[in-house]
Amino acid sequence: MEPIYVDNNATTRVAPQVLEAMLPYFCDSYGNPSSMHRFGGKIGRDLRDARAKVAALLGAEPEEILFTSCGTESDSTAIWAALRANPTKKHVITTRVEHPAVKNLCEHLAKNGYRITFVPVGRKGRLDLDYLYDHLSEDTAIVSVMWANNETGVIFPVEEIAQQLSQRGIVFHTDAVQAVGKVPIHLKHNTIAMLSLSGHKLHAPKGIGALYIRKGTKFAPFLMGGHQEFGRRGGTENVASIIGLGIASELASAHMQEENTRIKRLRDKLESELLAQVPHVLVNGDSQHRLPNTTSLAFEYIEGESILLMMDEFQICASSGSACTSGSLEPSHVLRAMGVPFTAAHGSIRFSLSIYNTEKEIDFIIDKLPPIIQRLRSMSPFWKQIQDKEACPVGFTAP
Amino acid sequence: MWEYTDKVKQHFLNPKNVGEIEEADAVGEVGSMACGDALKLSLKLDDNERIVDAKFQTFGCASAIASSSALTEMIIGKTLAEAEAITNEHIAEYLGGLPKEKMHCSVMGRDALEKAIACYRGDAEKKVEGNIVCECFGVTDEQIRRAVIENHLKTIENVTDYVKAGGGCGNCHERIQELIDEIRGNPKTIAERPKKLTNIQKIKMIDETLEREIKPALNQDGGDIELVDVEGDRVLVKLRGTCAVCTKSQITLKNYVESKLKELVAPELVVEEV
Repeated sequence: MEPIYVDNNATTRVAPQVLEAMLPYFCDSYGNPSSMHRFGGKIGRDLRDARAKVAALLGAEPEEILFTSCGTESDSTAIWAALRANPTKKHVITTRVEHPAVKNLCEHLAKNGYRITFVPVGRKGRLDLDYLYDHLSEDTAIVSVMWANNETGVIFPVEEIAQQLSQRGIVFHTDAVQAVGKVPIHLKHNTIAMLSLSGHKLHAPKGIGALYIRKGTKFAPFLMGGHQEFGRRGGTENVASIIGLGIASELASAHMQEENTRIKRLRDKLESELLAQVPHVLVNGDSQHRLPNTTSLAFEYIEGESILLMMDEFQICASSGSACTSGSLEPSHVLRAMGVPFTAAHGSIRFSLSIYNTEKEIDFIIDKLPPIIQRLRSMSPFWKQIQDKEACPVGFTAP
Repeated sequence: MWEYTDKVKQHFLNPKNVGEIEEADAVGEVGSMACGDALKLSLKLDDNERIVDAKFQTFGCASAIASSSALTEMIIGKTLAEAEAITNEHIAEYLGGLPKEKMHCSVMGRDALEKAIACYRGDAEKKVEGNIVCECFGVTDEQIRRAVIENHLKTIENVTDYVKAGGGCGNCHERIQELIDEIRGNPKTIAERPKKLTNIQKIKMIDETLEREIKPALNQDGGDIELVDVEGDRVLVKLRGTCAVCTKSQITLKNYVESKLKELVAPELVVEEV
């Protein structure tokens, strides 16, 4: 049996068309695009095509695309570039729900002479925009806000924020790793200065990412070295993966509608069926402003790792915001920032679909999951307490 | 993904003795929902204080459920006095080991058992002794001391793995370090040792350090070391067991044995194999 993979915000299957397009670049067309001979020179032209394809997905110009090794590198490159370009400014604004790629970098900066403002979110995961605008100052070098949250799928109004900031001349960066390919992006129609994306979230391989840098944005390279990438990133190009990302970008444009119709319907079906069948389930995050493929469900009074491992017995692959799965002892910073109660945070499961998911698979999950939840709850002392409320439990305090 | 043993998986997927005993003779409850795991253990005893039945309810991850299930299997048929001797290490061993980050699950099992026994003996109301050190997970200095002593813990990270203390905001790390230092011999006092040791003092300290620190580490890999002589600052040793035939033994000798002795006895020591 094939695994039922609903963990596409973690990583995705490489599209067969992507792999096929990449293969010639390993043993046949393996030249270095920087070489003078035609064998290498041809590769340079292929890279140009791939760059144009990625630019087209974003509504950008090819020269505005910088290939990197991953989303994390794109984020680091963007933030460091803004800080180096504005050496007198020592303030950064970001959110409390960023991916570790931005969060941990900002925490590092906070220990090294920078002032960081972490903008809070509300119970539904919506950003407190007034808080963000109130904290802007002459000292602010960059504002970095993710386009969509990886755990809940909540979409932030990044275009609106970028508009406000461009009026004040402040650089705005967005980590759009989860949004690219799922929501339409037209960078010619907004004022976002820098945008990060990652190949392996949109059916290209791991190890390739890109950073969009709007023309005219002050920039300083993160990796010093050769003249590659218009002198903005040293290092011989990851040719095959760039070719793959180009094809994946074309496919993402082509599949955008399916993501927002068929996949969205499957996600909605999964969510509504589980909510109907299982008591004490909450949806984490704002279901109005959300990626079409993601749902984060909190199953109260049980723990996420147990749910995941029992689902794993049926080869259902999802992920959890619980503490136990991460190796830390506290549930995810995103759920905590949203104020999700502990009764629910520990039992949160994220399902993230892709165009490869079928209705049959979703039906299988709807069939298998409720008995798992029931089984784990029958073992949980808290569930017992909820069931017989008249009993007066001593010792346990539900927060 | 955690590397769970087959035994852990077996006890997680098919746990034994789930539930609650009606009119139990003893009940022990530990943990809370905020902490991420909790266990309620109930026991039925016969007239000779022998545990004839044990049941559990657990909120927690796979290893928490497995530890609870294992615990009930281990104690059924034992007298209270026998059950009392069970440590968290025994629970982990019974399961073929637990990932180190999950050792707190075995500690939770032991704690619930202890509470149940205390409940039976009528001192259930006795407050947990000590002062809270870790506010995030409500762990006291006494609990940390005990975990450090019983499990030979050496670092703050170890303590977090076993009793969760220090796993939240991190504000208590300094206090946890103090507790570890207190129990394991404060390195500061070692650093403040008199500059010049007499030969007898030096040999004694080298011997003690070998026994306490170095031998147990080498033993883990099937190796051993023997002190032959000390000539001035030259420590002459013989390597035994797997160390004697290991191609990396010189690296072990210089990077581990010598640096340990330099750190804990005297910085001028040189280790040589004879």
